[in-house]
Amino acid sequence: MVKPSLIGLAALALCAGAQAQKSTADGIAEYRKMLEDGNPAELYEAKGEALWKQKRGPKNASLEQCDLGQGPGVVKGVFVTLPRYFADTQKVQDLESRLVSCMAMLQGFDAAEVAKTPFGRGEMANVTALATWIASVSRGMRFNLPQSHPAERQSYEVGKRAFFFRAGSHDFSCATCHAEDGKRIRLQDLPNLTKNPGDGIGFAAWPAYRVSNGQMWGMQLRLNDCFRQQRFPYPGFGSEVTIALATYMGVNAKGAESIAPSIKR
Amino acid sequence: MHLTRLIVGGAAATALLAGCATGPSPAELDAQARQAIQSSFRDQGIAKTDRLNQDPALAACSTDKAPDEAAADRVMADALFTVKWPAGGQFVGDWRRGEAIAQSGRGMTWTDNSTDPKDNGGNCYNCHQIDQKEISYGTIGPSLWNYGKNRGITDVASPATAPIVHYTWVKLWNPRAYSACSNMPRFGHKGLLNEQQLRDVMALLLDPKSPVNQ
Repeated sequence: MVKPSLIGLAALALCAGAQAQKSTADGIAEYRKMLEDGNPAELYEAKGEALWKQKRGPKNASLEQCDLGQGPGVVKGVFVTLPRYFADTQKVQDLESRLVSCMAMLQGFDAAEVAKTPFGRGEMANVTALATWIASVSRGMRFNLPQSHPAERQSYEVGKRAFFFRAGSHDFSCATCHAEDGKRIRLQDLPNLTKNPGDGIGFAAWPAYRVSNGQMWGMQLRLNDCFRQQRFPYPGFGSEVTIALATYMGVNAKGAESIAPSIKR
Repeated sequence: MHLTRLIVGGAAATALLAGCATGPSPAELDAQARQAIQSSFRDQGIAKTDRLNQDPALAACSTDKAPDEAAADRVMADALFTVKWPAGGQFVGDWRRGEAIAQSGRGMTWTDNSTDPKDNGGNCYNCHQIDQKEISYGTIGPSLWNYGKNRGITDVASPATAPIVHYTWVKLWNPRAYSACSNMPRFGHKGLLNEQQLRDVMALLLDPKSPVNQ
C-alpha cells in the first residue's frame, strides 16, 4: 500500500520536474517578450541623448563634436564599428572609454576621475546612459569592426590570448564558459564567443537592462562582473584587457545584428 | 658557396620583410598579452593580483590548443602528486551537507569577505546535473545523476568500491590528474573546500542513500 503510492508520488515529482523545466524556460522567454514592449533601457536612451546635447563640465560644452570613429558628431553606425583605433589618443578604444576621452577633451572632465567612479554613480552613470543611446541609434545594423590599423589587429590578438588565459582561485578563463556551443550555467544559456554567436547574442546584446537588479549595464560592467565571477582581481575601467576582449568579441561577431540596448533577466 | 649564401641571405631578408608586413610575431604578441594582463587588474578585497600568477598547469592550458602529449602527461603526473588523502581513510561524509555545498555558488570573489573554505560553496550545480530533482543545473560538465549507482556502489565501505572512491577523491582534489586541462576547479589543491566538505560532496555522489543514487 505504502510502496505503490510512494512510487506514484515519485513519478508525479518526476513529471512535475519535467514540466517545471519546460515552463521555467518558457516562462523566461515569455517574460522577456513581455518586457521588450517596454524595455526600461528607453529611459537611459533618453537620458543619454539629452546628455550628448547638453553643455556640461568645466568647459561648458556639449559632446556633439565628439568623434566616435566616423568623424565629429557622427553617431549612427559607430556602435557596430567599436572598438577601433583613434589617432588623437593613439589607442584602441571601446565606446565607453572613447566617451570618457570626449568628456575630457571637449568638456574638461578629469578622465582618470571618471574612470575610477563606481558603476551606476555620478559621471560613470552618465557614460552608461550615453553608451545606451549611442548603441540604440545603430540598432538593427551589423557588426563590422575595422582591423586595418596594426593596433587594431594587435588588440584582437591580445584579446584572444586574454580570453583563454586561465587564472584565479578557480582556474577559470573566459573560454571556460564561452568557447563551446549550447552550454549553460544553471539555466542561463552561454554564448560561444570564439565565433559569431548569432544576431543579438553576446557582444551584439550589450548595453542591456538587467531585470534582476534593475540596472543598466554597458559592456565594461558586463566584463567586470564576468571577471568577478571568474574569481579574478578587479579589471580597471577601460583597461587594455577589457578593450582587447571587446575587440576579440566584436571582430568575431562580424555580421551579427545589434539589438542593443537589450533586456536581460 | 657564395651563391648558396646569397640565396640563403635573400630568403632570410624575404622572411624578415614578410615579418614586417604581418606585424608582431606570436611570441611578441604573447609578451604583449602578458603585459596587458599584468597592467589591467588591481587588488579588490580578497581578490589580489597574485591570482594572475599561473602555475605550470594553468600555463599549459591557456590557449585555444591543447598541450602536446608530453606536456599533458607532465601536468597530470604533477597533479596526482598533489593529492592528499583524507585523515583516517574517511572518504565519505554526509550527503545532506554535500547537497548544500553542491548548491552553493558562493566564495572567493572580490565581494566575498573570507578565503576560508568553510564560507565557500562547491558551485557543482552551475556545471553539472546532480540530483535530478534540481532542474536548474548547468551543462559544462557531465551529468552526475546516479554517479554511484552507475558504478555499482552498494556499500561505500566495501573494499571492492575502493578504486571508485579513490578515483572520485582525486577528481575533487585535483581533476588535472585525469585530464590535463579539465575545466573543473582544483577544490582540494587550491583550498576551495576543506577535507570535511569534500567528504560530504563524496557522500552526495557515492552514498547509496543519497538522492543522486535513487
